[in-house]
Amino acid sequence: MISISEVIETNKMVEQENLDVRTITMGISLLDCADSDLDKLCNNIRNKILRLAKNLVPVGEEISRELGVPIVNKRISITPIAMVTGNACHCTEDYVKVAKMLDETITELGVDILGGFSAVVSKGATESDIALIKSLPDVLAKTNRICASVNVGSTKTGINMDVVRLMGDIIKETAKKTADRDSIGCTKLVVLCNAPDDNPFMAGAFHGVSEADAIINVGVSGPGVVKHVLGNVRGESFEVLCETIKRTAFKITRVGQLVAQEAAKRLNVPFGIIDLSLAPTPAIGDSVADILCEIGLEHPGAPGTTAALALLNDQVKKGGVMASSYVGGLSGAFIPVSEDQGMIDAVLAGALTLEKLEAMTCVCSVGLDMIAIPGNTSATTIAGIIADESAIGMINQKTTAVRIIPVEGKDVGDEAQYGGLFGYAPIMPVNKFDCSAFVNRKGRIPAPIHSFKN
Amino acid sequence: MASPLFQFSFLLLHLIYLEYNRLENSIYLSMNRTIITVVGRDTVGIIARVCTYLAESNINILDISQTIVQGYFNMMMIVDTTKMSKSFDTVQDQMAKIGEELGVQVKCQREEIFDMMHRI
Repeated sequence: MISISEVIETNKMVEQENLDVRTITMGISLLDCADSDLDKLCNNIRNKILRLAKNLVPVGEEISRELGVPIVNKRISITPIAMVTGNACHCTEDYVKVAKMLDETITELGVDILGGFSAVVSKGATESDIALIKSLPDVLAKTNRICASVNVGSTKTGINMDVVRLMGDIIKETAKKTADRDSIGCTKLVVLCNAPDDNPFMAGAFHGVSEADAIINVGVSGPGVVKHVLGNVRGESFEVLCETIKRTAFKITRVGQLVAQEAAKRLNVPFGIIDLSLAPTPAIGDSVADILCEIGLEHPGAPGTTAALALLNDQVKKGGVMASSYVGGLSGAFIPVSEDQGMIDAVLAGALTLEKLEAMTCVCSVGLDMIAIPGNTSATTIAGIIADESAIGMINQKTTAVRIIPVEGKDVGDEAQYGGLFGYAPIMPVNKFDCSAFVNRKGRIPAPIHSFKN
Repeated sequence: MASPLFQFSFLLLHLIYLEYNRLENSIYLSMNRTIITVVGRDTVGIIARVCTYLAESNINILDISQTIVQGYFNMMMIVDTTKMSKSFDTVQDQMAKIGEELGVQVKCQREEIFDMMHRI
């Protein structure tokens, strides 16, 4: 039988240490909705989402109430929309129409965000992929809850530099079109390399073609819990440190596993994966940066940061893997800047730079995330940053991503405000030297060799 | 050496004991169990009030334990809600209300969350 101390421990995690399930994400395949008539296509998509996800929010809330654990977001991910809209959408207005329909549909359902306004173009892009990508600035400016992503490379295919260059322009244009709201459009757009098919986290979530008709994926969170228990092992050996993280990650993930199983059962949709993650929020105490400080750094960005993060990320996975029957998604510690008060403090203290963040992305989940840069940064420089991050992913066989915001009209020393889970971000300086002759080359970077690992 | 009759009766008793255990386990496993926690300042009548409500709602108490953590009264009950006469939501709301009246926090959670986290 459960003991009172175990009950107190669990409830303390929720009440004082911000333990929550970040998201239940329902993946929905739209491949069977394709039609050459735009209205019919919109109808098909709307009906399918309404049919499968009508109970997503009530069921999420019911589980949350019964277990006493907050489930922060209920989300939907869809088949990369470029695969479905090819015959029906011919111009930006058509894509905006589809996006608005999606926005209205999920608002009706009470769903927080939808991801999958996406194109997977790691080797080459079709006409509809390019049309979709070009529509993104308008789509992101005219909708509120739609997230877009573009997969520009993979370990198997190399990096599609033509699209990387295009994304530099698209990000700039998106920033301009939402200039009145600190370029918020860019917070909903991510450029990925090695994007997973089953990621429940935004902005990069989409329902890949390798997936079933519908699936439930769950993302857990709990940096506050890890930080708190590490407070009890200050000065102890690495062995004690790692064991403590592992044990805590196990407990956090078990909650996600239970929520995923219950949601799958009640929604009658198969359980996909648990994303073993430490996802911060701007709330005080819900910070991955604070864990790094607890491990022994004055601020993230200090020498030793990459090693500390590598250790943290690995132990989270080791603890989480045994706690869950299926693991997938982005699994690892997230290091967004605007969504983590500890990261913001490190930037303001001058401890954390873009270059150090890039190094950190080599050993943890995802990449350069929610970073505000000066609005006058050139499109080719942004493309260069994307190329660098994609190269890290391609060579190291991991997912990497760039969600960067060139905030229109703002410069180093200013701040961009987004509110909610997106938080706020100090504008970070970017290396001023030029890379345009490199990114303006046509074609793609070939796939890497998988031998001679050095 | 023991007589065959003694051996037989010993075996029979042992079988009855095993069967009883099996039944008890299966009854326990088929229950819907909820954990009720009460946290706050200790005052007269907390347990009486909660137990009265549970009895009215046809909820059976399986176990009660209590402790003091950082000066706060902590009580935990494991209850069987298989035959309860109200919905889980109603019980949760009404218990929370009773908690407010007593100046303590009362929570009802399904046992699975604690089982999942603390048992492999």
